[in-house]
Amino acid sequence: MKTTAIIGKLSVTKVMFKVMLGLVPGIIAYVYYFGPAILVSLAIASVTALVAETILLIIRRKPVWPFVSDMSALLTAWLLALSMPPLSPWWLTTTATLFAIVIAKHIFGGLGYNPFNPAMAGFAAALIAFPSPMSHWSPPNQIASTRVEFRDQLNHIFPEFANKRFVIDAESMATPLDSLKVHVSIKEKIEDFSYLPIFGKLAGKGTEMIAITYLLGGLFLWQQRLITWHLPIAFLAVMAGMAELFNLIDPTKHANPLFHLFGGATMLGAFFIITDPVSAATTPRGKIIFAAGSAALTFVIRVFGGYPDGVAFAVLFMNMCVPLIDAYTIPPVFGRKPKKSSSEAAL
Amino acid sequence: MRKLFGFHGGIHPPAHKTESTVRPIIHAPLPSRLVLPLKQHAGEAAIPSVQVGDHVLKGQTVGTPASKMSAAIHAPTSGTVIAIERHAVPSANAHSDVCIIIETDGKDQAIDFTPFPFAEKTRAEVLDHLQAMGVVGLGGAVFPSAAKLSADHGQPIHTLVINGSECEPYISCDSMLMRERPDAVVNGVAFLQHLCDARDVIIAIEDNKPEALAAMETAVKQHGGGFQIVTLPTMYPSGGAKQLIKLLTNIEVPGGRHAPEYGVQCFNSGTAYSIFRAIALGEPVMTRIITVTGNVRTPQNYEACLGMSFRELLNLAVEESNTDGHIVGGPLMGYRIDSPDMPLVKAANCIIATSKKLFPPAQPALPCIRCGQCVEACPADLLPHDMYWHAKAKNLERAADYSVRDCIECGACNYVCPSRIPLSQYFKKAKVELAVQAKENAFADASRQRFEQREQRLARYESEHTVSLAGDTHKAPTGASDDETALKNAAVQAALSRARARRTSSS
Amino acid sequence: MSADALFASIAVATGVLVRRALSHLRYDAATLENKINATLPQTQCGLCGYAGCRPYARAIATGLAGINRCPPGGEAGIEKLSRLLKINTTSLDTSRGVTKARAIAVIDEVHCIGCTLCIQACPVDAILGAAKQMHTVLSRDCTGCELCIPPCPVDCIDMRPLPAGIH
Repeated sequence: MKTTAIIGKLSVTKVMFKVMLGLVPGIIAYVYYFGPAILVSLAIASVTALVAETILLIIRRKPVWPFVSDMSALLTAWLLALSMPPLSPWWLTTTATLFAIVIAKHIFGGLGYNPFNPAMAGFAAALIAFPSPMSHWSPPNQIASTRVEFRDQLNHIFPEFANKRFVIDAESMATPLDSLKVHVSIKEKIEDFSYLPIFGKLAGKGTEMIAITYLLGGLFLWQQRLITWHLPIAFLAVMAGMAELFNLIDPTKHANPLFHLFGGATMLGAFFIITDPVSAATTPRGKIIFAAGSAALTFVIRVFGGYPDGVAFAVLFMNMCVPLIDAYTIPPVFGRKPKKSSSEAAL
Repeated sequence: MRKLFGFHGGIHPPAHKTESTVRPIIHAPLPSRLVLPLKQHAGEAAIPSVQVGDHVLKGQTVGTPASKMSAAIHAPTSGTVIAIERHAVPSANAHSDVCIIIETDGKDQAIDFTPFPFAEKTRAEVLDHLQAMGVVGLGGAVFPSAAKLSADHGQPIHTLVINGSECEPYISCDSMLMRERPDAVVNGVAFLQHLCDARDVIIAIEDNKPEALAAMETAVKQHGGGFQIVTLPTMYPSGGAKQLIKLLTNIEVPGGRHAPEYGVQCFNSGTAYSIFRAIALGEPVMTRIITVTGNVRTPQNYEACLGMSFRELLNLAVEESNTDGHIVGGPLMGYRIDSPDMPLVKAANCIIATSKKLFPPAQPALPCIRCGQCVEACPADLLPHDMYWHAKAKNLERAADYSVRDCIECGACNYVCPSRIPLSQYFKKAKVELAVQAKENAFADASRQRFEQREQRLARYESEHTVSLAGDTHKAPTGASDDETALKNAAVQAALSRARARRTSSS
Repeated sequence: MSADALFASIAVATGVLVRRALSHLRYDAATLENKINATLPQTQCGLCGYAGCRPYARAIATGLAGINRCPPGGEAGIEKLSRLLKINTTSLDTSRGVTKARAIAVIDEVHCIGCTLCIQACPVDAILGAAKQMHTVLSRDCTGCELCIPPCPVDCIDMRPLPAGIH
């Protein structure tokens, strides 16, 4: 029996673990700017994901430990929790995670078989089902009128257990992208409202720093050869390109490229969301098309669509196109490549 | 320094070569019994030219080539033929083959070896001599070298590549050969250059073999034939013939085509050595150098008689008691054998004793997560994850659309897969089934053609017959009466029943 | 350009593109019959109930016959047809026969009487011979259809397993 007796060091668990490691700088920045509530959401999502996956595997009569220990559910939970508003009530986090794991992942066949990015599917489902809590974003600590203590954050997450005399006093403030959309819609010029405290040096205060840490985490993933350059570079390039184009056409209505690159979920999307291997394109050219399409759609939704950020819907739409993209971008095989020049041999 | 062109993919597994290269090549002692398979090469098995009871001398031909795609088999030492029967032989699908079994007499008496007068002979005569000397490719495919050299691809050979890269982990026989006998190898290369009439000769060696590189550089300089030694960056599978050719010449030979069609010939360094011995010394292929390594106390290379049992070689290297299996070949392209009681054959360049520690048992495969590591690693620019998807679903046509036939089965994809999927096993199965299907389809097409031609012929007869009948209304009388006809029919029937009875009684 | 004109031209363009795309899907009955015939094993044995492989292929192409009537093609053949026609597989209709291992006909030359009845029966002309001359089956060309066995008056034809290396 012909067999490969030696095996490389990579395992699915290691891959997922390293990706989660790449998210850690982002999480630390998140806690710094928005308080430790995000850690609670991460915990809720993680526990829900693992329990849901275990139950589903038992129902589907699959071996439990090999699949749960690969940590793919955990990674989905983290990406979802990091995409949702920081003080989301526990039931919102749980519902979104359940949708992601049970419906977007296991109903389609589990690990390796899901056509849609589970985290984005969970996010989109929650956004459509519960638009109001999903729009309840907090300001970063440095510009909040009153700093929200951790205990109050917990009360937001677990309102049923909150002190009866507790009054919800955490502010809700529009995100930078949301502010942009709202002010432009009432025909204000960007230069006139860019003084607003929500806007920082590049994009939004606080969120721009988190975006930078996601970028650093993404570079770590690339250095570890877990991702290739195609997906993030294509995504960021198209996003920046479209932003620049629209900015040139009308700078009073359209923000500059840096704003779009460091605002919203662009960095998280470029390095952690579109790089989900199961639902993304896998051929080199296909990856570029997939990422470019995701970025273009995200930008279109941001500018012309009803939602302030469109990463989730854009990615889900491109997920649908992946089989077609993959089929049309099969790279030429060794020995069957079109000749680049008339003399191919170096003699 | 010759420019290298690189190829897509490749992996860097730990080499494990130093274990077996600290000691020089040792001549293994003569075993008491030799089991010589008649088929130690691609093509048709040799035809035995001795009988049970014959006394044979070292170097005597015991099997003659059956056709052009065949090679001779020789007795590695003197002894008596005690049997010609089936015996287990090393192969990827465990099977047995007819072997000539010799009991050696320890005297090692040889026939007279006379150098072959290369300069006075025609090319065809040299090739016949190589076939008679049992020269086959020693890189693993054991293709009869005479057949390889005589095939006419309509192109002159501009580059002869000598493959000394030995990129697979654990194997070190070629590197030790080049280290210790570089002049013989270079002389063999010179013969090959003459036979190929090649303009350029490149000897490629990986950079993790500095001693072999140094020895070969010296030998080549002394020889003065202008052969180039090229140092390759160590990577698996740069020793794959097509990958090597791309590296050195930027020519990509597609699947299904051969390098000589593009003006390149590629031979293993060990083959060059056996060509040297066959021509300069007149010696047939009787031994080969094999790396014995893995879970043994003294891993090293042995020059051993063909037909010697693997078990004896493993004993020489002092196999550890906790060995749980054996691999013939390397850990990426080799195959496991059930028992080491099998003979050394021309194709066996290495035997690895495995243990749980050195070669942990294969983990169960997880589903493919489409991570694309296999795509990054594939040296043939294929999409292993998609080929796996379709091969697993038994959708062979779709797998063929993804060029599964071009897979070189190097195992690099297996090595990198985080889900531990044995990808190349699926591809090998798919390739075999596609080949079987292609043969069946060709047969069905030919049958259909014969059927249609027959229908046309019958239609033609019918139209001709009707035409002639139309003009011929008079039927000649037979002259026999009805009674006579009835008697005749009865006689015929009786004869038929007798024949039927005879047939059923004798069957 | 007014909005109406824009939408009208988009509608027209879409219609043209859709028609172009759909034209590739139109089934040409003759081509389909050829494609089906190409997947059949060409044994011409008639076990399917039709007078050979092409009539059976025609029956499948026109929807008159199921794809599971060919024993020499076996389950593999049914799968090929189901993939070609994009319909579900069904298991072989064993009332037509069972899939046997490939075998070839061999004439027992001791008992052959040279009657040419088997030669006339063989659909692929795989039997060599003439009246009152010895008959022999060309093993390389025999498809194993067994049509030569019933006509032989002395029952001297056997089916033997495929010898190694014949194909």
